[in-house]
Amino acid sequence: MFGSLKGRILIIVLVLAGAVGFYLKNGVKQGLDLQGGMHLALEVDDPTGTMTPEARADATDRALKIIRTRIDQFGVAEPLIQKYGSDRIIVELPGIRDEQRAKDIIQQTAFLEFRLVNSSRDFVEALPRIDRAIVQALGPDAVSRKDDSQSRQAFEELLFRRNADSAGTAADSAANSPESTTESRPLTSLLLDAGVDGEFLVELGDVETVKRYLELPEVQRLIPRGVALRFGASNEGVGTDLYRRLYVLEAKPFMTGEMLVNAVADRDPQFNRPIVNFELNRRGGRIFEDVTGKNIGNRIAIILDNEVYSAPVVNSRIGSRGQIELGQASLNEANDLALVLRAGSLPAPLKIIEERTIGPSLGADSIHSGLLAGAIGVALVVLIMISYYKLSGFLAVVGLAYYVVLLIGGLSAFNATLTAPGIAGLILSIGMAIDANVLIFERIREELALGRSVRIAVDEGFKNAMSAIVDSNLTTLITGMILFQFGTGPVRGFAVTLSIGILASFFSAVYVTRTLFLLYLQRKRAPEALSI
Amino acid sequence: MRLFANANYDFLGRRKVSLTLSGVVLAALLVVSIFWQFSRGSWLNYNVDFTGGTLVQIHFDQPTSVGELRDVVGSAVPGTEITRFGAENEYLFRAPAFSEEGTAVSDQIVQVLGQRYAADAFEVVRTEAVGPKVGGELQQKAIIAIVLSLLATLVYLALRFEWRFGVAAVGATAHDMLLALLLVSALRLDVSLTTVAALLTIIGYSLNDKIIVFDRIRENIKGAGRKQENIEIFNRSINETLPRTVLTSGTTVATLLALAIVGTGAIQEFALILIAGIVIGTYSSIFVASPILYYIERRWPRGEKKATAKRPRHVTA
Repeated sequence: MFGSLKGRILIIVLVLAGAVGFYLKNGVKQGLDLQGGMHLALEVDDPTGTMTPEARADATDRALKIIRTRIDQFGVAEPLIQKYGSDRIIVELPGIRDEQRAKDIIQQTAFLEFRLVNSSRDFVEALPRIDRAIVQALGPDAVSRKDDSQSRQAFEELLFRRNADSAGTAADSAANSPESTTESRPLTSLLLDAGVDGEFLVELGDVETVKRYLELPEVQRLIPRGVALRFGASNEGVGTDLYRRLYVLEAKPFMTGEMLVNAVADRDPQFNRPIVNFELNRRGGRIFEDVTGKNIGNRIAIILDNEVYSAPVVNSRIGSRGQIELGQASLNEANDLALVLRAGSLPAPLKIIEERTIGPSLGADSIHSGLLAGAIGVALVVLIMISYYKLSGFLAVVGLAYYVVLLIGGLSAFNATLTAPGIAGLILSIGMAIDANVLIFERIREELALGRSVRIAVDEGFKNAMSAIVDSNLTTLITGMILFQFGTGPVRGFAVTLSIGILASFFSAVYVTRTLFLLYLQRKRAPEALSI
Repeated sequence: MRLFANANYDFLGRRKVSLTLSGVVLAALLVVSIFWQFSRGSWLNYNVDFTGGTLVQIHFDQPTSVGELRDVVGSAVPGTEITRFGAENEYLFRAPAFSEEGTAVSDQIVQVLGQRYAADAFEVVRTEAVGPKVGGELQQKAIIAIVLSLLATLVYLALRFEWRFGVAAVGATAHDMLLALLLVSALRLDVSLTTVAALLTIIGYSLNDKIIVFDRIRENIKGAGRKQENIEIFNRSINETLPRTVLTSGTTVATLLALAIVGTGAIQEFALILIAGIVIGTYSSIFVASPILYYIERRWPRGEKKATAKRPRHVTA
């Protein structure tokens, strides 16, 4: 008996030391709802639904790595970036203030590529066939534009050198006549001369229409082999006359951002506008040198995420360095672009499917009210237990204090995150932790009422209450496990506290309190009365 | 001090009254829920967690009004519902959409407010934006979690006790959950992930309570003489566990009351639902679960007892 009591105390002290040790080592992580921050769920964007599950999973894995690198470089304390399921990424950024910027950094695909501008006439010669295909695919009604104004048509004719033959018809008959500009030449009529081969201007209002035409499968088939079309990144022109540039490029990039080793934001000395200077690795440098050497006088388009940022004319052989002009962007944006370029490009665009942000004041509020409620709750429990069960109640309260330490240690050991519902679960579990003791004490009282001696009554009380305690704890644990398995976010946090709470309460209410009783009874040879 | 020492109430004797009361309350709440279903389109007031959509909570430095805010936001983000929330000068903006043309609706709302008010005149307390796909998934998972936890406990109880106890306990717990759910519906409380957690806690707690009473019934059936009526055994068991029932529910409700009074927003609602659930669960352990078990025992008596009853008596002349 004495030996086993010593053993019990040793186990209790060891478990306590373990709990304190885990707490000191890991601490209890606070959830986003307590410290403020942003929670994002992202998925590979696959609007056409053509990716296989394997491809999605693979893209997700690679995106996860890239996002991790980007967030590391962005500098967020204790971010959480993890996979959820096979094709979803969860990003949690505690304490983030500029949410939009963080979202941009995570979401930007940052796929950098270099292509030569195709200044042959292949595309221009294919235009009449493409026009016919559009009319055939969409029908004459879909491509006619009722809002065409005369001035627009005149402007087109003025700028567009080719195919000026049939454009001379009167504007008012344009909408109905099959010979009209927009109906018979839906695409060509929207492409304005940019003054250089391989580039067109498109009115800003027509950009979406042109994109729609170009995406038609019938049109895709007619675009000459080796040619790709890309829009510029920024608007050109002044006032209300804004245009986007459409570039005719080589279909195959001669180099991609994979060969990039460094990128730094800067301002260009001439216009003081933000730029990103990049540096290529040796292989990339050789390719760049080779291509520029052979193409002096031609243009090289620098394309980021399918938009052309610039297409400078090659004046001389260029080595391993280059720059991206960002036009009207801020220096912050240039910095962020440099960051994402360094981290590498995402294998596919990501879309946000869930977004939650919590301001810091709300979190502080939750902690404050949670602690206060916890303190009041504990005080009430102590008061009720001691006034109802006297000394035995006091022993239960000591067991409860042990339980709280154990719970905190358990949360640290499992690296569980404490959330606001978690605090609620914790407070609830304090109320429930006391249930085991109440069950035991009521049994002891019953045994005493039957005239049993104190020692036997205590033994029997613990023994008889055990089946009910085990059953109730196990069923609650089952609920906790299922919650954990199927829950997300706050529910999961609650399930973790609940499950750890049940294990901790079982140990402290049954084992620790029992030991305290043994310790108390052992002091007297034959105790006559129990304070219960 | 002892509460309910040697209590000897005839709980089972009032089984018809208590079961009728439960039925009436359930029916009344059901009527309210059906009313909501038709007048508001949904019997439960799902929040964005389940419907998908956007919620933005904003604190203003200066007093403002719902009308003024509606003027500012209404045209830019149509369908936005604006309500006062919690603390002073705090408002909730709810929009059915998650994003429009690639821009998050939450960003749009903040942007429009930024054009009307100075940037430091308001603070975004929180935003919740859930895409429709995620919302549907969460709803599905919540239902799976509730059904699975009930099933798992049923299996456990059937193995641990026997089927009569399992069916009675799970049946009564389902009654408790339905009652709590209908209460949430009738009061139009927000149904969020936290609410689901609260409902699942109620399941756990309520089952726990029934197990304690049933455990005592099982023990007393075993120790009872053949002559003892079930009704007597049941009453005695409930009365014996009454001090524990009252004390445990009391302390738990006390801690939750502290949370309900001190807590704010979602936590407060969480605590209130739990309090209601614990009161319901405690009531039903005594007045619903035990009568159900009683009826089951009467309809399908235990093997050995049936055998005893059928054993022909010695006829004494």
